[in-house]
Amino acid sequence: MSSTGESSSSVLLSGNEAIAQGAREAGVGVATGYPGTPSTEILEALVRSDPDRDVYVEWSSNEKVAIDVALGAAIGGTRALVTMKHVGLNVASDTFMTAAYTGVRAGLVVVSADDPGMHSSQNEQDNRFVARFAGVPLLEPSDSAEARDLTVAAFEIAERFDTPVLLRTTTRIAHARALVSVRPARRPDRGGFRRDRPKYVMLPGFARQRRIVLLDRLAALAEYAETSPLQRVELGDLSVGVITSSIAYQYVREALPEASVLKLGLTHPLPARLIRDFCSRVERVLVVEELDPYLEDQIRALGIAVEGKRFFARAGELGPDSVRAGLRLAGAVAETAAPAAQQSPPTTPRPPLLCPGCPHVVPFLALRQLGAVVTGDIGCYTLAASAPLEAMDSCVAMGSSIGMAIGVRRSGGASAPVVAAIGDSTFMHAGIPALVDAVTNGTDLTVLILDNGTTAMTGGQAQPGTGSTIRGDPSTRIDLAALCLALGARSAEVVDPYDVAATHRALEKAVASSGVSVVITDRPCVEAPVKVRDTPFAVVAERCIACQLCMNLGCPSIVWDGGLYEGRRRVRIDASTCTGCAVCAQLCPTEAMVPLTGTAAGDGR
Amino acid sequence: MGARSGSVLVVGVGGQGVVLSSAVAADAARRCGFDVKQSEVHGMSQRGGVVTSHLRYGDAVHSPLIAAGEADAIVALEWNEALRALPALRPGGTLIVSVERILPPSAFLDRLHGALRYPPIAVDLLRGTVPDVRACDATAVAARAGDRRAMNTVLLGVLSRVMPFSETAWDDAIVANVPPKALGANRAAFAAGRALQADDARRALARLARSDEGGDARRAAASLEIVDAWCKGEMCGICVRSCPEYCLGFDAEATAVRVTRADACTACGLCELLCPDFAIVVHPAVPA
Ligand SMILES: Cc1ncc(C[n+]2csc(CCOP(=O)(O)OP(=O)(O)O)c2C)c(N)n1
Ligand code: SF4
Ligand code: SF4
Repeated sequence: MSSTGESSSSVLLSGNEAIAQGAREAGVGVATGYPGTPSTEILEALVRSDPDRDVYVEWSSNEKVAIDVALGAAIGGTRALVTMKHVGLNVASDTFMTAAYTGVRAGLVVVSADDPGMHSSQNEQDNRFVARFAGVPLLEPSDSAEARDLTVAAFEIAERFDTPVLLRTTTRIAHARALVSVRPARRPDRGGFRRDRPKYVMLPGFARQRRIVLLDRLAALAEYAETSPLQRVELGDLSVGVITSSIAYQYVREALPEASVLKLGLTHPLPARLIRDFCSRVERVLVVEELDPYLEDQIRALGIAVEGKRFFARAGELGPDSVRAGLRLAGAVAETAAPAAQQSPPTTPRPPLLCPGCPHVVPFLALRQLGAVVTGDIGCYTLAASAPLEAMDSCVAMGSSIGMAIGVRRSGGASAPVVAAIGDSTFMHAGIPALVDAVTNGTDLTVLILDNGTTAMTGGQAQPGTGSTIRGDPSTRIDLAALCLALGARSAEVVDPYDVAATHRALEKAVASSGVSVVITDRPCVEAPVKVRDTPFAVVAERCIACQLCMNLGCPSIVWDGGLYEGRRRVRIDASTCTGCAVCAQLCPTEAMVPLTGTAAGDGR
Repeated sequence: MGARSGSVLVVGVGGQGVVLSSAVAADAARRCGFDVKQSEVHGMSQRGGVVTSHLRYGDAVHSPLIAAGEADAIVALEWNEALRALPALRPGGTLIVSVERILPPSAFLDRLHGALRYPPIAVDLLRGTVPDVRACDATAVAARAGDRRAMNTVLLGVLSRVMPFSETAWDDAIVANVPPKALGANRAAFAAGRALQADDARRALARLARSDEGGDARRAAASLEIVDAWCKGEMCGICVRSCPEYCLGFDAEATAVRVTRADACTACGLCELLCPDFAIVVHPAVPA
């Protein structure tokens, strides 16, 4: 063990940075993950904190691969961390469920960053149930300081009980910043692989034995949960006691500074005696928790009368307002006249948008014009479902587009061509097996792969087509067209999505052909890894006939304050945001868009 | 709220620098010995959407979010977002706003009437409900200080006058958080914002008012005359593909074009212009 001193200092860290910090202090040796809001910054912070490369860090091709790598590392004798968003744990759960049987040797900590309120997600599943389902201990920090502390504790619990540990955060933990006392990082231990087939080879005969080990371990963990320092009883006013965890704790402390609180940091398995004892000391018990009644139902099953979801919503994020309102409804805080809050005058909605010059725009404009049924997928390009492109008809889970396109075709319900639209990172994550399915079962299908060379939606992380690793080292770039042809696609045409006519023609040809036809649009994202800024365009006002054709791109640089033509709005281009993709210029019937060279006619404001 | 605790909500549009501004203010608070919590949402909203960042400081801070009607100050990098954030402001709180107008594509959806969907920039009217509005054209101030993109830091300068953080703490926080090559411009922008006395927004307001002249022309949908004998139908389809309002389709045999969304036609005349066979004539409606 190479501990480098014990001095601590206090810094402002996000929950994600604090988890990276805790993992470094615990001597993590391997860290993996797949990007997903709000978990992404954990591995990025880890890389920043480790210029000496003590830790092996990777963006894995998906969460299942990520947890497999981490489990292998733990069995290989070094502490391992794996990070993902809540839905990522669905993908990783095949391994997660059985890793609870094998155990880990060196500590394995799985971080699930949940997204109550669905700020950037397709659902708001409450992953605390997954810990219970798997029989794995569950830790829930309530701010950055606890995120650091619980990460350190998670590695210790993992090794002491020989089990993976689930560390569950939420958006308001992961992306909130608070003061954290930090200590120096520790170099990883390399304990070495030790062969143990009955423990790691889950043939039924061995797995049956491990199932018993798992149940015995759970009993020991339940005992540990009773006295663990991660549980905190804060006794105060005894008329109301609140049982809570995670971010809800902070809102409760704010609204009820005097109340008695049982604050749980280890929420699976639950400490039955501690809960009983707490409830016996207070007159009335409220459970305050975000999302589902996870604590409430289990405490009620202990035979204790508690109230919770009667007063607090099950859908969406909690906040200081909703917690106070719930406590007021429960009669736990006095009914005060709410201060006359300002009303907001009518405002313009501002949904997320595709960037000026985004390479995803043109293929969707073409699909709209072809009238295709488009099964979509998850990434920046999902924004093509909203106005003005409105060119995507489904989006469910990573990689679903291709399988769903097969299903729509086989349903016989679509008279129009069926096209699956999928991003490059998403294709590598879960699209490949579905393409194999289409080929081997002989489905006629067009697959549009939107190759922008990055994982843009989550902030531009490297992926197999990027040609570099999370540390920026060069790596083998996977050739999408060659891959698709090798998998048996009849054609794989690579096209530049800034060429409007060529993109249209490629898609038109693909939907008319039989077998699996792939069209790959090849242009880097304008935001990452480098910001692409070409000569901006300007509108020659006198030429603009205000037809609005360019407006169908939804380019944020094209705005309506260029005056009127025959009573319709002329357009102007905001030169400070235009990336110069020249797509609008190709659409304009009167050639009103021209590059803004030094002396050009337009104004960039 | 006393000097020992307080809160600031920073709002704007993705890419404007909301998160950095909030980080600087949080760091200044920390340097003055306060406990600090700060919360924002990354991810989807950064694609040109709304970005908000909550900052709370005090002796001991629990919630990272500001409750409705409890923000001591709102710093708004954009006008529409200032209005959206108003319910967060406590009575008597300070609204610091740049009269910046970032028009999203959703402001241009009413093509038939050309009505711009964006709230009027009316600082004086707002003073009726929010007495302490400090408006400026932060971009213009920042441009004078050396870099227009430092507009967020101009607003921090304005904010610094209502926050109990020392000037040294602000400066140290800027140095610690701003990339070195932008440091000079940001320090100058902060100083310019801190020195702003009265509103400095008049010219920007006049410019915005001018650029909006002539909007909201009330119009009615046009009617189309299609000569079937000259139309080649699906063999051509140029008009069907280029109609900006997706108004056109084909008849059952696909031998001629038909109007499928008559209500949406704005009489732009593109189909008439592009038809190689002169088979379409657009008759604009008499203005209603
Ligand atoms: C199982 C799962 N993991 C991660 C995510 C988070 N996520 C949303 S989109 C996306 C990838 C987007 O990359 P790509 O397909 O290349 O499209 P781009 O955003 O670059 O256009 C990720 C990782 C998710 N929604 N579900
Ligand atoms: S970040 Fe890249 S992929 Fe995403 S909308 Fe912007 S340009 Fe398109
Ligand atoms: S060239 Fe046109 S479409 Fe491309 S970014 Fe500029 S305004 Fe938008």
